Amino acid sequence: MHEIRPQGRISFVRRVLSGDNMAQTVAFICATLILVITAALVFELWVHSALSREKFGFHFLATSTWDPVAGNFGALPFIYGTVVTSALALLIAVPFGVGAAIFLAELAPPKLSDAMTFLIELLAAVPSVIIGLIGFLVLVPLLSAVVPPIKDLFGDHPPFFFSGPFYGTSILAACLVLSVMIAPYIISVSREVLLAVPKDLREAALALGATRWETTWQVVVPHARRGIMGSVFLALARALGETMAVTMVVGGTPKITGSLLSAGDSMASVIASQLTEAVGNMYISSLIEVGLVLFGISIVLNAAARLMILATGTQETSR
Amino acid sequence: MKLSFRRKAVNAVMLALTGVCTVVAVGLLFFVLGYLFVQGGFSLSWDFFTKLPVPVGEMGGGMANALLGSAKVVLLATCIGVPIGFLAGVYLAEYAGGAYASVIRFVTDLLNGIPSIVIGIFVYTMVVARYGFSTYSGGIALGIMMIPIALRSTEEFLRSVPGALREGAMALGATKSRTIATVVVPAAMRGLISGMMLNLARVSGETAPLLFTAFGNQFWSPGWAQPTATLPAMIYAYAVSPYPDWHRQAWAAGFVLLTMVLFINITARSIVASGSSHKSR
Repeated sequence: MHEIRPQGRISFVRRVLSGDNMAQTVAFICATLILVITAALVFELWVHSALSREKFGFHFLATSTWDPVAGNFGALPFIYGTVVTSALALLIAVPFGVGAAIFLAELAPPKLSDAMTFLIELLAAVPSVIIGLIGFLVLVPLLSAVVPPIKDLFGDHPPFFFSGPFYGTSILAACLVLSVMIAPYIISVSREVLLAVPKDLREAALALGATRWETTWQVVVPHARRGIMGSVFLALARALGETMAVTMVVGGTPKITGSLLSAGDSMASVIASQLTEAVGNMYISSLIEVGLVLFGISIVLNAAARLMILATGTQETSR
Repeated sequence: MKLSFRRKAVNAVMLALTGVCTVVAVGLLFFVLGYLFVQGGFSLSWDFFTKLPVPVGEMGGGMANALLGSAKVVLLATCIGVPIGFLAGVYLAEYAGGAYASVIRFVTDLLNGIPSIVIGIFVYTMVVARYGFSTYSGGIALGIMMIPIALRSTEEFLRSVPGALREGAMALGATKSRTIATVVVPAAMRGLISGMMLNLARVSGETAPLLFTAFGNQFWSPGWAQPTATLPAMIYAYAVSPYPDWHRQAWAAGFVLLTMVLFINITARSIVASGSSHKSR
């Protein structure tokens, strides 16, 4: 009855029945599904922003009118808000983050270092809406109490970045909240990179009579600089896309004033706060185009970050 | 040979500063935790877990519907994201090689780097525009977010399984799929589970994509096809409201959410830690 097969070869039917080919096919389909989803995502963003892209063209990126009533849309205030909040957040978080990473990698005894890194990584796991909750209900009232006296020190003509009325929700609050959110990333990735620097380098520098700090700053950090830059790019990518915490403290005003104290808005937060209540195709299309721009920027940054971290020869393990 | 005073001073000051940075970073965590636990702890009551939200002005009420809604959305997301990510990870670690694998890896990293709000827009135009706000659409949005991390952690942990185990199984005559299912995956199980838990913790705090997919609801959301309240979205809505009583509810909700997220996180990390201590590294 049964056909006799040469030994060592299993019939195609048996292989499928035993699930071997089937398993490979299913796994292959799942892997391909990722390509399909990503392609669909790009396609959807592109198609649904067509209306706004055709009407406003590249002016969309350079116009600062955001007038849903008249149907005129320009994304400049949001791009400005995103860039300023992220850049200032980096300005605060990078020195802090790198400092802490140096301490954890170079000075702290391994056990203490691991324990503290564990805590810092927990801080990274705190959902952004909770940072926003604390930002809105604690930080904003605190700023409202602290900032006006500082502002008074400047007299009647404060510098441009400290001018204008202050209501608590502001670009400044958004910067502070963002810096808290990105610092853990900088710390944990930079620490990994610093730990990967060969011990010989440190020993050689110390043997030449350098102090601990000189060894760290002039030998170890330069050796790891690309990886550290990579962590900064990752943090920047995260800051740009960060939505809830910023939405809650930034004030939601599409204006460019140049002052840290005035309310503003960011790309992610304008989408979060307006998409559900947007009426009219042009309005929705414009918001989706803002999303498209955000998507483009974050892809470029992520690619740059990964290339830099790879270039230092360490694997990013925290994600 | 003596070090100059200046060099010694710089050394001491800078090293002390790095210590201060670390203490501030860790201090922030304790501030966040402490503040939330005090505020949330005082605002939390049994009603929070059992009652529906009440209209403005009425005292009391809870967020039972949001707790259930979050659970449903996250369950759905897990059912979508974990199998796809896991199987794709198996494909990359065990089957694929060469260019196609690198393309998938690259695209996965890309998908991982996309801001969650953009994924929300995608689901909004794909699903919500056709079928309306629903538990489904929220689950799909979070599910997509889970795929890249599920994939990367699966791949990483499967790769850490020694090749000798695979060869042993194959030598005994097991097919490749059988080897993977009965030898490789069980060997990596500890890592896989913790990876999935971390993934789950991450999406359960995710808010932005839910605002325009699951939307929100003041009442129970029967079935899967209607808008539903979720815990993170409720925290947002209640926190930015002008009512002190709603703020208290937001603190309570934040307390519950953070406790859950941190609990899952710590458990997952301790699973990995207890595993790696057995292995010789």
